[in-house]
Amino acid sequence: MSALDTADVRTTAPAAAPTSQRTNILAGLARRAGLAAFLTIFALFVVGPLVWLALRAFSGTWQYPHLLPDTWTLKWWTQVLDSADLGSSIRLSLVFAPVVTIVSAIICLPAAYAFARYEFPGRRFLLVALFATNAFPKIGLFLSMAGVFYSLRLMGTFMGVVIVQLLGTLVFMTWLPAAAFSAVPRSLEEAARDAGARPWRVFARVTFPLAAPGILVAMILSFLASFDEAQGTFLVGAPNYVTMPSTMYELVVNYPGQVAAVFSVLLAIPSVLLIALVRKHVMSGRLAEGFQLR
Amino acid sequence: MSESSTAATPGGGLVLRGLGKTLGGRSIVDGLDLTVAKGELVCLLGPSGCGKTTTLRMVAGFVEPDQGEILIDGRPVTTLPPERRPTAMVFQNYALWPHMTVFGNVAFGLKLRKLPKNEVRDRVGAALELVGLSHHIDSRPAHISGGEQQRVALARALVLEPQVLLLDEPLSNLDAKLRVRVRDEIREIQQRIGITTVLVTHDQDEALSVADRIAVMNSGRIEQLDTPSGLYDEPRTRFVAGFVGTMNFLPGSAASDTSVRIGNVTVPCDQLPVSVDGPGVFGVRPENVVIGGVGAAARVVREVPRGHFREVILALDGVEDPLRSYVPVGVPPVSGEVRVRFSRAHGYPSGV
Repeated sequence: MSALDTADVRTTAPAAAPTSQRTNILAGLARRAGLAAFLTIFALFVVGPLVWLALRAFSGTWQYPHLLPDTWTLKWWTQVLDSADLGSSIRLSLVFAPVVTIVSAIICLPAAYAFARYEFPGRRFLLVALFATNAFPKIGLFLSMAGVFYSLRLMGTFMGVVIVQLLGTLVFMTWLPAAAFSAVPRSLEEAARDAGARPWRVFARVTFPLAAPGILVAMILSFLASFDEAQGTFLVGAPNYVTMPSTMYELVVNYPGQVAAVFSVLLAIPSVLLIALVRKHVMSGRLAEGFQLR
Repeated sequence: MSESSTAATPGGGLVLRGLGKTLGGRSIVDGLDLTVAKGELVCLLGPSGCGKTTTLRMVAGFVEPDQGEILIDGRPVTTLPPERRPTAMVFQNYALWPHMTVFGNVAFGLKLRKLPKNEVRDRVGAALELVGLSHHIDSRPAHISGGEQQRVALARALVLEPQVLLLDEPLSNLDAKLRVRVRDEIREIQQRIGITTVLVTHDQDEALSVADRIAVMNSGRIEQLDTPSGLYDEPRTRFVAGFVGTMNFLPGSAASDTSVRIGNVTVPCDQLPVSVDGPGVFGVRPENVVIGGVGAAARVVREVPRGHFREVILALDGVEDPLRSYVPVGVPPVSGEVRVRFSRAHGYPSGV
């Protein structure tokens, strides 16, 4: 656009060219400065809280106007790592998250396939109803669930915790794979039938591999949702099953803020690791390749 | 007719008997009968929505017919699922599996049949050689051109040695130049291995140039089943006449044994249809509109060069539609008032 402006000016009045070029350069600079400012603000919003959290986990005292902590210390870390509960809560979290993810996949993936491939009465209603668990404040749901759980003797049991954590995973474990399944063109499945594959083999060799990236994303989100779930787990599981996030609940109440910061950093580790692990598969060209084919 | 009977041996092949399908209260295919001889290539030609693709999908097993039966080499297959039919289909969008290599795509069906590894390799190699794609054996479908994808799809179908090959608009996603080349390749391969083939297309050029016989379909029925030249020379219905080739349609009536009355003029006609007396519609191919000599008066509207020939657009007195005539390049240009006659005309009852 700017090149065009310059050309226009040159053809009509050659003498004016240097001035207009200077304004173009200035406009370019201004645009670049604007972009830089935008990116800085964006980064502050995304990265800022994380940096602040990390700093806080190592801070002794930190008073209001100062940009950096006044004193540095590792005592919060030793306090958290030395506490007897930590080891068992980490272990518990690492048991619950995979169990919940797998149970969620077993329940939701067939449902996702049905949503994607079949037209049945109440299909739209059920799809939207899945959002219902996320539409209300969770704590209200948990409190009313607690009544049911008491009568079913699920309070304080492993099963009870798994069920309460499942709730938060249902939506993406159904919606994301359903989108992934319906993105697989039917003609690809028909071609496999035509080549001699029975329906279950068509699913195993064509539909599932092509939907796998979407399913993988759903499983990661389920894992993290289960791993980070605190309220319901605390309500149903305590005192028998106390996971990392529910431990943090107690810490936030009973200890200085820095301890919670240390815990947050610890809780973030699995998320970061998981995303780093699967990034290659999720973002690799295969998914994009599939969409190039008409 | 003679060319098709040499290519095809009698008996066997594909037989469709009284095939019918209704979808959403609308009859898509209606009492369709068709016999494709062994080794013959039959085109289902028709406008979109005429039921040609539904017919093909019923043969493949993806659509269950409401009535009728399908026989392949004398064996009924009507109730078999697609994976148990001796048919192989080439899909309109090729439907190659993007997560497999070209080898994986072609080998898929053979591996399902639990053939030994070296036999799979040999047969895939042979199939890819047949379509001239041996060098792309390890490529991904997304990394080869549209024409090459089409040939992989063909190899994937042929490697299973099906009794019937089904092609669903195989050329519609290719650009014009490539279309002609791949079209000739498909015909050449089909004749070399002598496979019974049904090809669905809406493109009359495609049908006329590859088929042994063409079934012109309209609203779920076959209007005419004939050789390409038979279809062009003797279109039996007005629909076929309009769909295959170019045709001038002129409402009128027979004036005598050697002339037709159209609008306010009487045009001499060397060869008149016997089927129409009284008012009707005459179909005249542009190459059968002869300019010069004796005949009815007509006015030249304009001339359009068309490469190998010229198209002369004429106006007959009292006739709204233009009359098109194809004139060889060598003939000197004409203008103003000319005389026209028809060397041949087809007649159809009006109102159809």
